[in-house]
Amino acid sequence: MSTKETDAPGFKVPAPRQLAVRRDLGRVLQRLLRIGSAVTAVVPLGALIAMLVILLFEALPAIRFNGWHFLSGTSWSSGSFYSPPVRSGGVLHPLGASYGAWPLILGTLETSAIAVVVGFPVAFAAAVFIVEKLPRALSGVVGVVLEVLAGIPSVVIGLWGLFTFGPFLARNLYPLLGHLPDVPPLAIFHGNHGYGEGLLSAGLVLAAMIIPIVAATTRDLLRQVPEGTREGAEALGMTSSEVFFAVQVRWIRSGVIGALILGLGRALGETIAVALVSGSAMQIAPNIYSGMTTIAAAIVTLLDSAQSDPTGLETRALAEAALVLMAITLLVNIAARALVRRSARGAALPVGVGL
Amino acid sequence: MTALAVPGASAAGRVGHRRRVRNVAWWGLCGLGLSLVAGAVFWVVGAAIANAVPGWRWSVLTETTTGIGGGLANTIAGTAVLMVGVGIMAGLVGIGTGLYLAELAPPSRVVSLLRSASEVLSGVPSIVFGYAGYVALCVGLHWGFSLLAALIVLSVLVVPYVAKSTEIALNQVPLAYREGGEALGMAPTYQLRTIVMRAAAPGIVTGVLVALAISVGETAPLLYTAGFSNSYPSAHLTGVPVPYLTYATFTFWDQPTTTLHALAFDSAVLLIALVLLLVGAARLIVRLTQRHAPGDHHGLARHRRRAPTLR
Repeated sequence: MSTKETDAPGFKVPAPRQLAVRRDLGRVLQRLLRIGSAVTAVVPLGALIAMLVILLFEALPAIRFNGWHFLSGTSWSSGSFYSPPVRSGGVLHPLGASYGAWPLILGTLETSAIAVVVGFPVAFAAAVFIVEKLPRALSGVVGVVLEVLAGIPSVVIGLWGLFTFGPFLARNLYPLLGHLPDVPPLAIFHGNHGYGEGLLSAGLVLAAMIIPIVAATTRDLLRQVPEGTREGAEALGMTSSEVFFAVQVRWIRSGVIGALILGLGRALGETIAVALVSGSAMQIAPNIYSGMTTIAAAIVTLLDSAQSDPTGLETRALAEAALVLMAITLLVNIAARALVRRSARGAALPVGVGL
Repeated sequence: MTALAVPGASAAGRVGHRRRVRNVAWWGLCGLGLSLVAGAVFWVVGAAIANAVPGWRWSVLTETTTGIGGGLANTIAGTAVLMVGVGIMAGLVGIGTGLYLAELAPPSRVVSLLRSASEVLSGVPSIVFGYAGYVALCVGLHWGFSLLAALIVLSVLVVPYVAKSTEIALNQVPLAYREGGEALGMAPTYQLRTIVMRAAAPGIVTGVLVALAISVGETAPLLYTAGFSNSYPSAHLTGVPVPYLTYATFTFWDQPTTTLHALAFDSAVLLIALVLLLVGAARLIVRLTQRHAPGDHHGLARHRRRAPTLR
């Protein structure tokens, strides 16, 4: 049957009957393994559906109570937990309760936008330098550095943002930004720059957190660019940066967009670091330095107090918020994966496409 | 002869001044990007250490938290228990998923649906896992803050990573190995066990280590499933909260005593050390097994076995 049985000295070759038994046993084992592994393979899909169903059921009363106001309303008020609850539209709720999640949704989008605008160029540039200019031995070391950044727990980065990075920004960078000319795109940097907890600080901390994903993906894409095409461009007398823009950029374009959106997905869902550096204010940030919060951070910071709502409606409103967050990140991730996959499929030489 | 029309090339074929400046500027910018990234890493790690050193006591490792001070021994134990549990749970489910998707499933639409579901799951924010787990397990099933709820939530969170790296590792086993096994008349299961799984083992173990590194650093999914307690984790699966390291980092900094402030930074340093250890072990496995990569006499396969990376 196998080499083991014939090679081993002094080993008796089993009788044909024994072999047949063993073969049957093997078949049973194979069937068991197939069924068992199929059951585990359903777990991710099952978990995804289960989470959607759980959140939807938990959120139903809140969805009925809030209506579309949930997406557009700008004030989040738990209402009074001490006066008797009131019933409106068939839903029992504390007097004066109103759940408007627009500041949270806007905060999520704003911090993520800052993270991508700042983090993406840095990560892209770093990846380009690693692949094109660093000697192979050094690029391995830098790979470890990237992996360390990816591995540092978000709570540790949040603590750094709160105690070190945020105060540093408020002392050194924000006063400088305030001196920028007061013209439309730059005017957003005017205003009271606070103490380093707020929208811009949260966005910059998120930028640090998406850098490893974007950089690692870009690096892997760049390594797949075929040597021949690049050498061809070099033979034309182009400088190395011209070669880069003529060959590599075109080669990796759509994959890099996928990496960018993957990073965006990460930024949208980050909870703990934002909870620590955003200032946790339930408001639309009046200026770029003010305190605000995101959907994910609000769930963490509000759930404790929401549990003392006698009608339980506020925890349900938070479930609705989680549902909105899940919908946003699912859309973004599906888009990213579609883009990355399409770029991976077109990995053949683009002959005739032109440089 | 036709001259090559390279913009800005001087007659002598040398690169013109303006192009050279542009070239240097571009690579300078790229180098700046890399130094920013490297600087951030050292700043984060350095700041955690610098904040932890002044208040560091060795008793941090032996005393339990008390609410006003103490040490971190119980949180370390809790994180260790969670690691072991996630290793077993997510390991079994993740490896099973990867094995099924790569080897055992007949190629079909259902399989690609399962694979995409796993990929999509890895993009769901961790707080959503935590909240759904809290609603369904802690409240719905009346488990309360408990080890089992925390384990299930954490395991589901990291299963996609284990599954992905298992699938990649299995796909990278050379075809010749399988053909060899078949030529010897091996039964498929026997071949899978003795040849394919053995060759894929390093990649699979690396994936599990990365999954452990992720689960050690998570806070959001644990806050409302594991709870927290000042005593050591117990053997009860339900009804008893579990202490863990990230809780100390997330909450102790705004507590009223300086001892607790110090513990927040101490736990941050311990977390970094733990994650570094896991990532380092994963890298070591990749490196050691790559050196003996089959049929790779020219180092061609250097990038073929891709290490699973953290998200």
